[in-house]
Amino acid sequence: MTGQAHTGRPSKLLRNLSSKIASIPMMLTAVVIFLGGTIWTVVYSFTNSKLLPRAKFVGLDQYERLWDAPRWIVSIQNLAIYGFFTLVFSLVMGFLLAALMDQKIRFENTFRTIFLYPFALSFIVTGLVWQWILNPEFGVQSVVRSLGWTSFTFDPLYNADIVIYGVLIAGLWQGTGLVMCLLLAGLRGIDEDIWKAARVDGIPMWKTYLFIVIPMMRPVFITTLVIIASGIVKVYDLVVAQTSGGPGIASEVPAKYVYDYMFQAQNLGQGFAASTMMLITVAIIIIPWAYLEFGGRKRG
Amino acid sequence: MAETVSLKPGAARVATAGTPGEPWGRKPRRTLSGRNIMLYGTLLVAALYYLLPLYVMVVTSMKGMPEIRLGNIFSPPVEVTFEPWAKAWATACTGLNCDGLSRGFWNSVRITVPSTLISILVASVNGYALANWKFKGADLFFTILIIGAFIPYQVMIYPIVIVLREMGIYGTLTGLIIVHTIFGMPILTLLFRNYFSSLPEELFKAARIDGAGFWQIYFRIMLPMSLPIFVVAMILQITGIWNDFLFGVVFTRPEYYPMTVQLNNIVNSVQGVKEYNVNMAATLLTGAVPLIVYFVSGRLFVRGIAAGAVKG
Repeated sequence: MTGQAHTGRPSKLLRNLSSKIASIPMMLTAVVIFLGGTIWTVVYSFTNSKLLPRAKFVGLDQYERLWDAPRWIVSIQNLAIYGFFTLVFSLVMGFLLAALMDQKIRFENTFRTIFLYPFALSFIVTGLVWQWILNPEFGVQSVVRSLGWTSFTFDPLYNADIVIYGVLIAGLWQGTGLVMCLLLAGLRGIDEDIWKAARVDGIPMWKTYLFIVIPMMRPVFITTLVIIASGIVKVYDLVVAQTSGGPGIASEVPAKYVYDYMFQAQNLGQGFAASTMMLITVAIIIIPWAYLEFGGRKRG
Repeated sequence: MAETVSLKPGAARVATAGTPGEPWGRKPRRTLSGRNIMLYGTLLVAALYYLLPLYVMVVTSMKGMPEIRLGNIFSPPVEVTFEPWAKAWATACTGLNCDGLSRGFWNSVRITVPSTLISILVASVNGYALANWKFKGADLFFTILIIGAFIPYQVMIYPIVIVLREMGIYGTLTGLIIVHTIFGMPILTLLFRNYFSSLPEELFKAARIDGAGFWQIYFRIMLPMSLPIFVVAMILQITGIWNDFLFGVVFTRPEYYPMTVQLNNIVNSVQGVKEYNVNMAATLLTGAVPLIVYFVSGRLFVRGIAAGAVKG
């Protein structure tokens, strides 16, 4: 915008010099860490690096091993289940809460504070609290049993078939407040005249939401979706705290696979291959979005 | 609050549903209408779901172990004790160390304070350069930076380990501070770039005509005018860095582990009898800092995450 600020300096490279010097950290981060680091990891995922990275290329070996590993398959399945339900529930719950909050209610700030506070807490804290609440010996299960329903069973963290849903409950508790906030901001951005027009036409409120307001909020929904989705791929600390991946390998997730292979199993090649798969997953989400978001308009 | 709102035309959208054209004015007080019962009922149930874990944490941390074994987790403590808190803070064990969470707390302070300050300083200068002193190619770097915000950390962790090892600071607090500065950069740069771009350009031009340079304008004009956005950035960074687990565990040695890592080690340690009250006290202690920041900052926190989340 103000690039013309410095004209008339002798050398092109020296022009705007302070700004360039000040931007060195940004340039280094962008080029060396983000671009260079990513390329480095992808390249080394084709090597058989073990304890230390070695440039001995073995083609797609690491990827074949990866997709043959039961633990990786479980991780991917868990991520798919966790991701799908997180998307659906956090969008539905977040939107319902936002719509309720948008009814000119009293104590709006109080409710917002309550819905959003878990978002301020770390995944470690979230995971540990829900580990305690879902503890079958003392938590929800035992409380319901003590009320007289003695055959009641609810022990997601100790049942390999449903453990990922136990993680999901905690994840939703932590994250829906954010979705609510984003969507509420979107709702507030809708022109009041739309509502008036809909009322004049006698359209019931739920129909106005469903067929007019939600389609109008498309950009907000897409942004929210991208934020939730990129958070899902990164899910790591929550699982570490709540279940440590157990029982057995039942609640493993890709990010944990990467960490364990890089820093504990000392099998760097596997870790790099798994992290490259994570990168591909994110690219599948981000590229269409970036295309929709920036492709139509002028770049910038 | 309700009175002032209802004077605005927009209030009609709910209050007078079904009766278009009714004159504006004070809403008829029908506090117990079916609609209100549904509305507030749902909100209250949702609020209970969100508050429940906090409540359980608090009551559990104030009970003795015998009471926990007998009672249920939702009942308030019969005999209030702060023993678990003292133990969590000062004597809980992780492996061989039995000096409690206090070490993790001070590590986290030593990580969070410099990381927050440095990352904000670096990113605000970046944003300022991008908004007011854009040079050729600046947008390219910025685009890479923003795309980088979406790349999973796992992809970039190992190359950073190598870089830090080469610099001889792998495992130290300095290394971790650099890592936090790097990963805070995309979002903060975006935040500051958008904010500085929204300031009137005339200010910048006037300062230029008066002969002020890059740093002079930054420190004398931009910085004093932008205190709110600095506060937003601080909230974002303090909570984000305090809550970090992955970088702490990857980039520091055990003696420098931040509070989150130590908390996880205390609670999920396999040895010994599980002391749930101590665990919950430790969890609350770890969550206390971001919670205090959250409750004190209120609307600014919301603004921070909205600014961070929705690109401007």
